[in-house]
Amino acid sequence: MSIDQPDASPARDIHGYLAAFDDIPGTRVFTAKRARKGYQLNQFAMSLMKAENRDRFRADESAYLDEWKLTPTAKEAVLKRDYNTMIDEGGNIYFLAKLFSTDGKSFQFAAGSMTGMTQEDYAAMMASGGRSPEGARSLKEIAAAAAMNNPQEDR
Amino acid sequence: MARITAGVTTSHIPAVGAALDNGRSHEPYWQPVFAGYEWVQAWQKEEKPDVVVLVYNDHASAFDMKVIPTFAIGCAEQFQPADEGWGPRQVPVVEGHPDLAWHIAQSCILDEFDMTIINEMDVDHGLTVPLSVIFGPQEKWPAKIIPLAVNVVTYPPPSGNRCWLLGEAIARAVASFPEDLNVQIWGTGGMSHQLQGPRAGLINKEWDGRFLDKLVEDPESLRRMPHIEYLREAGSEGIELVMWLIMRGALGKQVEQLNRFYHVPASNTAVGHIVLRPKADGADIPASDTIEANSPAAQEMIA
Repeated sequence: MSIDQPDASPARDIHGYLAAFDDIPGTRVFTAKRARKGYQLNQFAMSLMKAENRDRFRADESAYLDEWKLTPTAKEAVLKRDYNTMIDEGGNIYFLAKLFSTDGKSFQFAAGSMTGMTQEDYAAMMASGGRSPEGARSLKEIAAAAAMNNPQEDR
Repeated sequence: MARITAGVTTSHIPAVGAALDNGRSHEPYWQPVFAGYEWVQAWQKEEKPDVVVLVYNDHASAFDMKVIPTFAIGCAEQFQPADEGWGPRQVPVVEGHPDLAWHIAQSCILDEFDMTIINEMDVDHGLTVPLSVIFGPQEKWPAKIIPLAVNVVTYPPPSGNRCWLLGEAIARAVASFPEDLNVQIWGTGGMSHQLQGPRAGLINKEWDGRFLDKLVEDPESLRRMPHIEYLREAGSEGIELVMWLIMRGALGKQVEQLNRFYHVPASNTAVGHIVLRPKADGADIPASDTIEANSPAAQEMIA
């Protein structure tokens, strides 16, 4: 598959369309399933667009979060600013942006925090042209390439 | 008659707006980004568009999870810059063109594009950063703006082909507006970027370059490109590029490229910008085959 020869067998229905997303490494697409799971978390984040809500949140984060029907995991992730777990809980980055903006942090900070890299290493990677797509397109391709490199393991 | 005279695309990176607003555009990191827009800013002073149909996506600012319109058209007199969590950008209020906006909305609906009509809305960096880079900083924006917000956040977004066809419907709507107006259509967002998960930071220069080439010379192939291709190759937020096809569909088959700019790095995102002129002045936009679009009585009602 490439830009010149797009996927020759595109998904025939919504099931195939959605299943293909799970093949992308290190990526969680904001599907209906995630949107439903994360409704309260995302709406909490939206509430931080108002200055008075930001002030109330800063004054007592835990009490403010208790006003929303969050799962215990989602609440803990917000308190820890664990963005990967927030996304697992159905958070979407554009909603969660209201949270890191409240903290005075940038998209680069939040994105970097999800990669397992230090902020310095992430910033250096972006300054030198970003993460290469090579070897980061498809879990199936990565597995097939690994099998090619270690043929004995299949025997 | 109103006519679409040009198509412009640009990324709408929030950090670019912040660099401009905080007086950091001359810094070595940012200078090459802003230098890339000098050509278009000078060109716009000559072009003097009356109206811009500005295709963008809202980033959880005007629309939260309560209501998720696929295609929403702003028909208000004015749109205020949104507070995205750090206070509104200090940029001029965005003035709309309700007469043309309502005309496009009505025409598109009769043409079987069921637009959501928005009469009150704040506009976020997705709309105001393109204004800042394409016109340059201004006391007052030099054109009326019709915001056209596309859902590219909650899946599925519209397909590339659907975006292209909407562009054609917008071109037909503009062509049937009686007032003599110079109209541009802008597509914004992209290019390759991923803001979430362990793969965050993805940039694909080679793919972006081919996308720009195809936008000019072989846009038919982009109509068929599935979402998964954007996600794999251009990153999870690279899906915004599907909006560029609304702009491209509105220009007709043949275009002339007037300017192109591509730059990495700018925060997390590849900056892409292109200026296109339709060659056939709308003559190669296919006619509508819908019943109401071809009904003199229906068209009379929206005239």
